[in-house]
Amino acid sequence: MIRQYGDILDKFLLSEILISQPSSFNREETGILDRLTRRQVDKPVIYLGSGSCGRIAGSLKTGEAIREYLEFSGIEADITEVGCIGLCSMEPLMDVQLPGKTRISFCKVGPEKVTDILDAVFNRSILQEHLLGQYPQPGQEPWSNVVNVSDLRFFKNQVRISLGKMGIIDPENIDEYIASGGYRTFLKTIFTYRPEQVCDIIEESGLRGRGGGGFPAARKWKTALTTAADQKYLICNADESDPGAFIGRALLEGDPHHILEGIALAAYASGASKAFIIIRHEYSLAISRIRKAIEQAKEAGLLGQNIHGSGVNLSIVLKISPGAFVCGEETALISSLEGKRGMPRFKPPFPAVEGYLGKPTVVNNLETLALVPSILEKGPAWFRSIGTTQSPGTKIFALTGKTVNMGLVEVPMNTTFRDIVFFTAEGIRENKPFKAIQLGGPSGNCLDYNHLDLQIDFETLKEAHLGLGSGGLVVMDDSSCMLNLAKFYLEFLKKESCGKCIPCREGTKRMAEILENITRRPVNEKGHETLERFKGVMQLENLAEVIRDTSLCGLGKNAPNPVLSSLSQFREEYEEHIFDRKCRAGVCTHLRIYYIDIEKCTGCTACARKCPAAAIIGTPTHPHFIVEEKCTGCGICQETCKFVAIYIK
Amino acid sequence: MNQSMDNEIDSIFQKHQRNQREALIPILQDIQEQYGYISEEAVQKVGLFLAIPTSKIYGVATFYDQFHFQPKGKFHITVCRGTTCHLEESDNLLEEVSKYLKISQSEVSRDGMFSLETTTCMGACGRAPVISVNGNYYEQMTIDTFKELIESFKQRAL
Ligand SMILES: Cc1cc2nc3c(=O)[nH]c(=O)nc-3n(C[C@H](O)[C@H](O)[C@H](O)COP(=O)(O)O)c2cc1C
Ligand code: FES
Repeated sequence: MIRQYGDILDKFLLSEILISQPSSFNREETGILDRLTRRQVDKPVIYLGSGSCGRIAGSLKTGEAIREYLEFSGIEADITEVGCIGLCSMEPLMDVQLPGKTRISFCKVGPEKVTDILDAVFNRSILQEHLLGQYPQPGQEPWSNVVNVSDLRFFKNQVRISLGKMGIIDPENIDEYIASGGYRTFLKTIFTYRPEQVCDIIEESGLRGRGGGGFPAARKWKTALTTAADQKYLICNADESDPGAFIGRALLEGDPHHILEGIALAAYASGASKAFIIIRHEYSLAISRIRKAIEQAKEAGLLGQNIHGSGVNLSIVLKISPGAFVCGEETALISSLEGKRGMPRFKPPFPAVEGYLGKPTVVNNLETLALVPSILEKGPAWFRSIGTTQSPGTKIFALTGKTVNMGLVEVPMNTTFRDIVFFTAEGIRENKPFKAIQLGGPSGNCLDYNHLDLQIDFETLKEAHLGLGSGGLVVMDDSSCMLNLAKFYLEFLKKESCGKCIPCREGTKRMAEILENITRRPVNEKGHETLERFKGVMQLENLAEVIRDTSLCGLGKNAPNPVLSSLSQFREEYEEHIFDRKCRAGVCTHLRIYYIDIEKCTGCTACARKCPAAAIIGTPTHPHFIVEEKCTGCGICQETCKFVAIYIK
Repeated sequence: MNQSMDNEIDSIFQKHQRNQREALIPILQDIQEQYGYISEEAVQKVGLFLAIPTSKIYGVATFYDQFHFQPKGKFHITVCRGTTCHLEESDNLLEEVSKYLKISQSEVSRDGMFSLETTTCMGACGRAPVISVNGNYYEQMTIDTFKELIESFKQRAL
């Protein structure tokens, strides 16, 4: 790509830093900058939410419809594809900015709605049912009677440090990022501070790793910086393989240059001249956006040798992770990068001393790195003013499950779970009762009603024996079975265990088996199989402790969490499964008991013929009957019945 | 291996350094991107290039989810097994799908039409359960809508 406005932006970016003089711009140049920051546009701009969530919801089709509309109506307008603003459950989002007016946002815009919405907007009116809100900016005339997006409940409690530009700027255009103030902090930092000073600033800010451990970021950087070596590395860990987290993907798709700036700053501070960003192979859109962003940053002279004459060298290399959950663990990640099987190794030596190819290597989560540019720009005191004393700043959650709003939320560390679930997410869909939160994915824990008032900071959670994990936050209502969820996570861990330690490899398998036994119906149980089943249950807690105490890495150490935490919070549900053979949520298929409504049954024999267990008896044209002892609970009869005569009790 | 494949793999090698272990995974990724899977011949060639025994290469490649060792089906179906999809019973969906297609996970149907795989969270949790077929997404899947979908593919393939 040839940068259209490269000269102006270089001047904008550099003159203040290099000759410490605010640059002056002529009218034409100001116009260009205004257009890039969308302070003033000279023709209508239509923004289309095109992150993965938007695309899956059909934004590409919506885009087609917009193009057709514009062609048909002869209106001249720019279409810009932006990332996700975080409100994934409202996609596809389409925003319109008319010259002089504020940007106004519409949600759930299917292709069939485009004409109606755009017709209205171009005639200065609004189709209320798809309205989300507006983004006011000084110097723009607001729409009357339209809420500000930042006042919506979903956004009101959020402090969007890392997510700030997501869904607002064009992720594939470095010029927009620079015009909105990007890369300025990076250049300023490398020209004014020595690496140790950067570490000090970050230390003062109290930034702690968002990858789960909460380890102070500056301490890692300092270790790498002070270890003598001819080459040091920084790794941005975006190998997000937890089944419920998509923070990294959204950030990479929505604001890739922001991540690159964070990586560049951290690499400078830890003395690394080479950085890797490791992305999961499934994230194809994120991969292509980062690839583009790296090319653009190179072209703008922000990466490479002797960056703008500062003497600083930095290259950022994109690596695609071939996919294994355990490779999120830092030593396994390094081993995978070296072309080996991704197995964790014993620590110490810590990677910051001896990592990739034996050289000091800092591994940071991408969310940690995303916070760095703002801290250096606004100062550690500002960062400390958000969140708690011990855990300053914000945390992003991937909020999913049964809530009204779903998506990404970035909240200060002193927020409570109640605020997130009942304010930001606006509670449970269909007003169903709240049951539990699953926090942090497979290595995480279950929280019940009593945990709702806990704050999300590292200390409070540690005290309650919980962990933030990857930032996945799944909310459940009474239609979810806690055993089923625990089983789901164990199946996942069983598959993902690298196999190095026996307690983890075999233990997860055994635990999954025990849970499978509890949720299975003992139809064909013979002799002491029942006894074995009970023995298994009793061993569950024991086994969990052994796995936790004897595994090498966090995968094994935390593998029992889903079981142990749901067992302590929802013990009576386990007991119901074991003793009453009942699943109150009706999720465990094998525990369902089916009945035939004799009023409705016509005796068509369809179910009896389909039943694989031959558990349905009856004579044609007379109501049938299910023999409970034979029934395996497969549910085929219910699917087969045309008369809705089969029900579960 | 035919001549053109031989040349193509050579051109992949040109982007990497000989005998450098770190290049193994990127090379395998490039090969898979080109052919959709990694054949035995390709592994042998990589072994010669990087001076690693083929057994070691298989050891590494089979560790990771990304690599396939047989061609995918004409319609490659991926069922999301992320947490939210799980809460919407994607496990049952997967079971039904695999019954209907008569293949289990990471298998290819005998006629080469369908292959089945699972993944974690595709990013459309609001519309769970989600499946993708050759990269196109289908939301709020039930077994019935799935069957309809498959029938329409079969029609198209005829
Ligand atoms: C099984 C396992 C999986 C992990 N997965 C991730 C991951 O997906 N992303 C991540 O940043 N850290 C992950 N971690 C934590 C990393 O080992 C490491 O602590 C982290 O990247 C450090 O970054 P931070 O200091 O910025 O938090 C995982 C750890 C374990 C044990
Ligand atoms: S869990 Fe399936 S799309 Fe997120």
